[in-house]
Amino acid sequence: MHSLVQQRCPNILALWSLILLAAACAPQERRADITIINGAEPESLDPAIVTGIPEMRITRALFDGLTRLDPRTAKPVPALAERWDISPDGLVYTFHLRSNAVWSTGEPITSADVLWSWLRTLNPATGSDYAGQLFWIQGAEDFHHGRVPAEQVGLRAPDPRVFQVRLTAPVPFFLDICAFPALAVVPGQVIERHGDRWLHARPLPVSGAFQLGAWRLNDRVRLVRNPRYWDAANTASEIIDVLPIGSPSTALNLYETGAADIVWDKDLVPAELLDVLAKRPDFHTFDFLGTYFYRFNVTREPFNDARVRLAFALATDKAELVRKLLNSGEKPAFHFVPEATANYDPPEGVPCNPLRARELLAQAGFPEGKGFPRVHYAFPSAAGASGNMARKIAVELQQMWRETLGVTVELRQIERKVFYSAQSRLDFNLSASSWVADYNDPNTFLDLFTSSSGNNRTGWQNAEYDRLIREANLQTNDTARIELFRRAEQLLVNEEVPIVPLYFFAGFNYFDPSKIAGIHQNPLDEHPLQFIRRIRESAMAAGAPESSSAQSAF
Amino acid sequence: MYFLRRIGFAIPLLLLISFLAFVLVRMAPGGPFDRERAAASPEVERQLKQKYRLDEPLWKQYGYFLGNLLRGDLGPSLRYRNHTVNDIVAEALPVSMLLGMLAFGFALGVGLPLGFFSAVHRGRWQDWAGSFAALLAVCIPGLVLAPLLVVTVAIKWRLLPVGLWGSPWHAVLPTIALGLFFAGKVARLMREGMLGVMQSEFITTARAKGLGEHQVMLRHAFRLAVLPVVSYCGPLLADLLTGSFVVENIFQIPGIGTFFVNSMVNRDHTMTVGLVLLYAVLLVLLNLLVDFIHAALDPRIRYA
Repeated sequence: MHSLVQQRCPNILALWSLILLAAACAPQERRADITIINGAEPESLDPAIVTGIPEMRITRALFDGLTRLDPRTAKPVPALAERWDISPDGLVYTFHLRSNAVWSTGEPITSADVLWSWLRTLNPATGSDYAGQLFWIQGAEDFHHGRVPAEQVGLRAPDPRVFQVRLTAPVPFFLDICAFPALAVVPGQVIERHGDRWLHARPLPVSGAFQLGAWRLNDRVRLVRNPRYWDAANTASEIIDVLPIGSPSTALNLYETGAADIVWDKDLVPAELLDVLAKRPDFHTFDFLGTYFYRFNVTREPFNDARVRLAFALATDKAELVRKLLNSGEKPAFHFVPEATANYDPPEGVPCNPLRARELLAQAGFPEGKGFPRVHYAFPSAAGASGNMARKIAVELQQMWRETLGVTVELRQIERKVFYSAQSRLDFNLSASSWVADYNDPNTFLDLFTSSSGNNRTGWQNAEYDRLIREANLQTNDTARIELFRRAEQLLVNEEVPIVPLYFFAGFNYFDPSKIAGIHQNPLDEHPLQFIRRIRESAMAAGAPESSSAQSAF
Repeated sequence: MYFLRRIGFAIPLLLLISFLAFVLVRMAPGGPFDRERAAASPEVERQLKQKYRLDEPLWKQYGYFLGNLLRGDLGPSLRYRNHTVNDIVAEALPVSMLLGMLAFGFALGVGLPLGFFSAVHRGRWQDWAGSFAALLAVCIPGLVLAPLLVVTVAIKWRLLPVGLWGSPWHAVLPTIALGLFFAGKVARLMREGMLGVMQSEFITTARAKGLGEHQVMLRHAFRLAVLPVVSYCGPLLADLLTGSFVVENIFQIPGIGTFFVNSMVNRDHTMTVGLVLLYAVLLVLLNLLVDFIHAALDPRIRYA
């Protein structure tokens, strides 16, 4: 009977084997030298448009800036510009481009290319969320708002190899900004010809260490060494595959079975395994410039009263929160700007003081929480470790407020897009938040809460705070600048309290240091791909790592 | 004639589906450009909305959408800004279709013989074993089966890759994870169908004619018994071809299923509407195909 059935189903089976055969005949690609698990599928690889760290890691490999970040210190070092002169008042930067800086297609990279790229980022039609990074340039903000023509922006290209920038303030972090993806040099002619789909053009001229070998959605971005890069001699790998991975368990499984060498997205660690993983020798954690905090909506009762806000801040035991929930190197945050930030010396911040918290709440008219209105704490839902953590933190905070203040706060987990939309419209009472540094300077954090900032999202406006931030950025004396920022931060976290910092992020990645070299830990979590390489001998001998904990990944 | 009329009905149906999808995704709170970090200025958001025509009245937007649709253009993706929805469908759909066809082949290849085998051994231990296997397959969803396969076959025994896509080896586990449930369903349908048909009078007639048992079962009984399976194949194939979020996500397969689900989370309106429409078209076409096959298999069915 069985054999007869098989005789009768041959068409189906034949079809199936035909498909299998077709799959088998698909061309096999060369294996990459390094395979990196990088996070979600890139939204874009256009350096002017990308906003996520995973995307920026790829665009930095494709498109170089006038400066780039040193892999050890994340400080700006010469890239397309081999040197620069800064005027004594700190306002005029004259960059000298390298004579050997060429596109991957061979044409020289000139100051006109830089000019075109920067104006493109500034143009609101490009839709760059980071156009604001360029607002330190004279006339840039007015140009962005269509008030002045491009010629009035403080950018000049007097010679193909000389690029001059005039700033509105002598900010000490301008060279850091020059290394930022939004200021990378991109191929103008190709963009003008192909529009939004310019990254699909072939050949695609790139200014960075790698060319875009392939970009297959949800499969991989393949980066191939650019032999014409000015520093090509120091590019350590021929081919790097960057994988977008949707599920933390899959990321870990690929790593454990040797299909990937590096995992460096925090959301791609199975939350329930974090404790175990954090103890392994291939798990690396380091200080990283990011802060988790919550925002008050100061336009609504009861948080329009600074005493109530301070009471909540004093009732939040950050050390306990970190001890209980966070175990991969995070530190409690009593102030907003992380300690590791350059050019800064933060104030002491708010301690936990339940007694004082209750006093303040009573003064505001809610003794022991009596009569306190119904309020809610909103936090976004997300897949992976971060969504999980946001929920745990919310529960912990709710309990602290109930125990210390006698106040019941409702928790609302809200879908991501709805959450951010509500946050920007000030449709919340308390809202979970985080911020990661764009460059290594306190301004990247403190600038957030100026009255005009689109990222303020608290409704808090304070003329004194705005003045302090403005003056700090006009200050050329380092000590005086630090003092102004300190005073501003004190106002922010100790007195006016539109936000309460909870903890400082810790960066993390896992890779086997006996196999992979060239990754250095730095406060911006910045790991230029061109310096990452495989250590040959041991890679051959060791094979795939033994999986001890990974098997319980589900 | 009948089929022309069916196609004639399908067009307003697809229009209605596209309209509902179009309106519903835009009614959901939160938009494609709401994110943790605000745009550089309100001007950037305004220009983006203008560029993607999100600032115009809904009926006008729908009009543009239909206009583009006539030219076969589903519009730009609002999240993957270097890609159009067509780009993404062209890249991801073939992957889902290949995996779907493999799982479909697996479901039929395992399900049909299993159901047939159980039915002809009705009441004996072979029937019990076969039915139990089919029931087990139906009871384990891909969400559970896929991780189990990964942990045992890929991690413990290191026989097959844990995920990714590219070689035939990468397709084996996802095919099983996706197809086993349907194999169970097909087996059950096949068994029921056979049991029903085996009691029909024409089977008795065939036996009375002196035909061999094999011939009776395969030539006469099978043809009719397989009809419920054929009806089921239309929606099944549409389901399999458009990708499975769970299986694609667990094995990191670059198919269309993950894009479908994520497009809703990301409020990527154009992508959601495009993929809903694609799914609807496939469903209508495959149901039509099923009716053709019915007519071919069952001599009692004639379409005027």
